[in-house]
Amino acid sequence: MDFSYTEVQQMLQDQVQKFVQKSYDFETRRKIVDSEAGYSEENWALFAELGWLAVPFSEDDGGLGGSAVDLMVVMEEFGKANVVEPFLPNAVLCGGLIARLAKGDQKTGLLEEIMSGQLQLACAFAESGARYNLARVSTSATANGDSIVLEGEKVAVLNAPNADKFLVVARESGEVADKQGLSLFLVDSKAEGVSVQAFANIDGKKSGNLKLDKVQLSGADRIGEAGQLYDSLQAVVDLATVGVSAEAVGAMEALLQKTVEYSKTRKQFGVPIATFQALQHRMADMFIECQLARSIVMMAAMKLDSEAEVAEKQQAVSAAKSRIARAIARVGQEAIQIHGGIGTTEELDVGHLFKRVTAIDVMFGNGDYHTERFVSLQS
Amino acid sequence: MNADFTAEELAFQEEVREFLQNEFPRELKEKVDANIRLSKEELVRWQKILYKKGWVAPNWPEEYGGTGWTPTQKYIFANEMGRIGAPEPVPFGLKMVAPVIMTYGTEEQKQRFLPDILQSNVWWCQGYSEPNAGSDLASLKTTAVRDGDEYVVNGSKTWNTYGQYADWIFCLVRTDNTAKKQEGISFLLIDMKSPGITLKPIVLLDGHAEVNEVFFDEVRVPAENLIGEENKGWTYAKLLLTHERTGIAQVPRSKRRLAALKRTAAQTDDGFGGSMADNPAFKQKLAEVEIQLQALEYSDLRTLAALSVGKAPGPESSILKIVGTELAQQMDEMFVQLAGYHCLPFVPDQFEEGFQGQYIGPGTTASTALTYFNNRKLSIFGGSNEIQRNIICKAVLGL
Ligand SMILES: Cc1cc2nc3c(=O)[nH]c(=O)nc-3n(C[C@H](O)[C@H](O)[C@H](O)COP(=O)(O)OP(=O)(O)OC[C@H]3O[C@@H](n4cnc5c(N)ncnc54)[C@H](O)[C@@H]3O)c2cc1C
Repeated sequence: MDFSYTEVQQMLQDQVQKFVQKSYDFETRRKIVDSEAGYSEENWALFAELGWLAVPFSEDDGGLGGSAVDLMVVMEEFGKANVVEPFLPNAVLCGGLIARLAKGDQKTGLLEEIMSGQLQLACAFAESGARYNLARVSTSATANGDSIVLEGEKVAVLNAPNADKFLVVARESGEVADKQGLSLFLVDSKAEGVSVQAFANIDGKKSGNLKLDKVQLSGADRIGEAGQLYDSLQAVVDLATVGVSAEAVGAMEALLQKTVEYSKTRKQFGVPIATFQALQHRMADMFIECQLARSIVMMAAMKLDSEAEVAEKQQAVSAAKSRIARAIARVGQEAIQIHGGIGTTEELDVGHLFKRVTAIDVMFGNGDYHTERFVSLQS
Repeated sequence: MNADFTAEELAFQEEVREFLQNEFPRELKEKVDANIRLSKEELVRWQKILYKKGWVAPNWPEEYGGTGWTPTQKYIFANEMGRIGAPEPVPFGLKMVAPVIMTYGTEEQKQRFLPDILQSNVWWCQGYSEPNAGSDLASLKTTAVRDGDEYVVNGSKTWNTYGQYADWIFCLVRTDNTAKKQEGISFLLIDMKSPGITLKPIVLLDGHAEVNEVFFDEVRVPAENLIGEENKGWTYAKLLLTHERTGIAQVPRSKRRLAALKRTAAQTDDGFGGSMADNPAFKQKLAEVEIQLQALEYSDLRTLAALSVGKAPGPESSILKIVGTELAQQMDEMFVQLAGYHCLPFVPDQFEEGFQGQYIGPGTTASTALTYFNNRKLSIFGGSNEIQRNIICKAVLGL
């Protein structure tokens, strides 16, 4: 048993830490969020240069190794500074799917473009009535002579407004909720019939709803085997779930630290509010939540990196997300409460961290969903 | 012991229902249902309708234009208002400053201010909190120095809800620096148009500037705007706080929200071909909320029953504040959870008057996170829930 980071992981952590400390203070972040793209191209180029965009990929694919623990290290540090650059949709979701499914030149070409930061991708999997069921896909891919026609609507597509290309989950066969019959298609954002309803999310990240209106593709635009997407999608989403959970651990740590600091400086009734035991115990509870959250995310990451059965891995991911959801509510709400009025404003980073963890809470399945999934996977 | 309404009370309930059915403007109801924020004009319009009916100030004594209702009638009225989503009148004038003017103001002040409050001609805001005086309100530092027949006010207030709409502000100001901190405070009414007042909006987590900082720079206020005696303001403000507590449990609003939660759950796909109304975990939480709401409502009713036999509201109102706000916040969370991915888009403008862009839905799902964020205030303002627990410890448990 060894819970310590490898040298590489340690280095990675130091690197990201240095970056956020130096170049990602609250004001800088605010400017980035308010910019048209909603992320900094300069930062993006730096992420590529430092190899961070290669973190989720195996060495065979030209990446840094691609372990879940590596990803956890990076995401946690991103979480502390509430980094908005589209790392998750590009490197984890789309990159993960391409690494698993694409072949030959298509694969090498796309991965290179992702790791070098040249290509902006968005993964369109969620649909309006599907809630968290990845198999519930009504967007259709219908063969029409030599071409394939995509038709349907996707929601909550992270990075959609910036995407050069979309990875779209569509149904080629089967009933609306069948696991069989799903395929992945690479769709150019400028292709005819593609439109994006763009917006920013509550956490400042750019997102959008994607409409596919008789979009003409060819068989070459399919990534992976026809109808066989589901297991890979599930695996990639599970890894992303651990990723955002690690990000939440970082964000919660920041919330706790900022709250403790604030409570020592904010004076009411002639004393720092930190002297009120009612608040002290609540901060102690926040600390406990942060620690348990960290533990269970480590468990899930290590499980994903292990040789365990798929079901066991899935269960570990659900355990983590379920537990994280509880921590998010507790730590997030207490941070605001202990800050008092100022916590409810846009003026302090605490509020923005709170919004980010709230978004993480509903992504890839909320606490209830993952608790149920945990139960259903119990052998 | 029974909690039934008498025949007269039932008849009254019918009357209120009919009135609200006919007189609460349809356009406003539609906006309330779509979670669109009502404008100042719309709120005033509604309050004037209530005023015409004579129902805008149930808590005022009849001589000033109150209704003369029994506590039970007031309860019925609030319940019916909540049921259809009719907004309660904005409290700052009617519920907060008016009782102070009635109790401690001069005849002249009453004549001057009360009719305009009753008719919603003048919008008031509350200027108590300061950047460094929140829970410890008595440490406030905004000063008012007497100069002839004027006071000169300097300092800043913060968190002024709807200060941007306000014609007048009622302030606690320091008039004596040497006395014990509670004893040097006065209650002053200030015209917001006075030279030297500036407002700086504060944007809250829902993207809306609902509150403001208010700066006073050599603002000259006629001494006739002082309420009661100089340096007695703290006592007056405390009276106001007990008035602020009526209806604090927000039971009618929570009932409406609970009904909406159930409706929304039934309309929300669980992703597996069913609806969230049948999701076991969600059902369980919904039941817990409903049970808590029943316990809260009966606690509210007990307070009401005590009021009807002439007892003053005591520290038990702290229970109502704590439980009422925490329950409301819990429901806000449940709306977010129901919305799932649909809670994510941050488009505050689409819940404002005159939105021109493309609406992002489905339904009002994109308002769920905004409401959740905004309502974190419930456990912070009006005496934070920690302060309320301190009150229970001191005043009830003798700790
Ligand atoms: C949206 C909003 C609208 C508002 N509208 C108005 C308005 O219109 N007019 C107005 O005058 N004010 C208004 N307020 C101000 C509100 O009353 C204050 O925010 C409140 O009194 C708390 O003060 P504070 O924000 O300075 O927090 P602090 O007093 O700094 O409190 C910080 C934390 O410490 C806790 N704490 C403080 N003292 C103790 C103690 N003794 N024991 C245990 N815990 C303690 C608090 O509960 C809180 O959790 C508004 C506030 C908000 C957020």
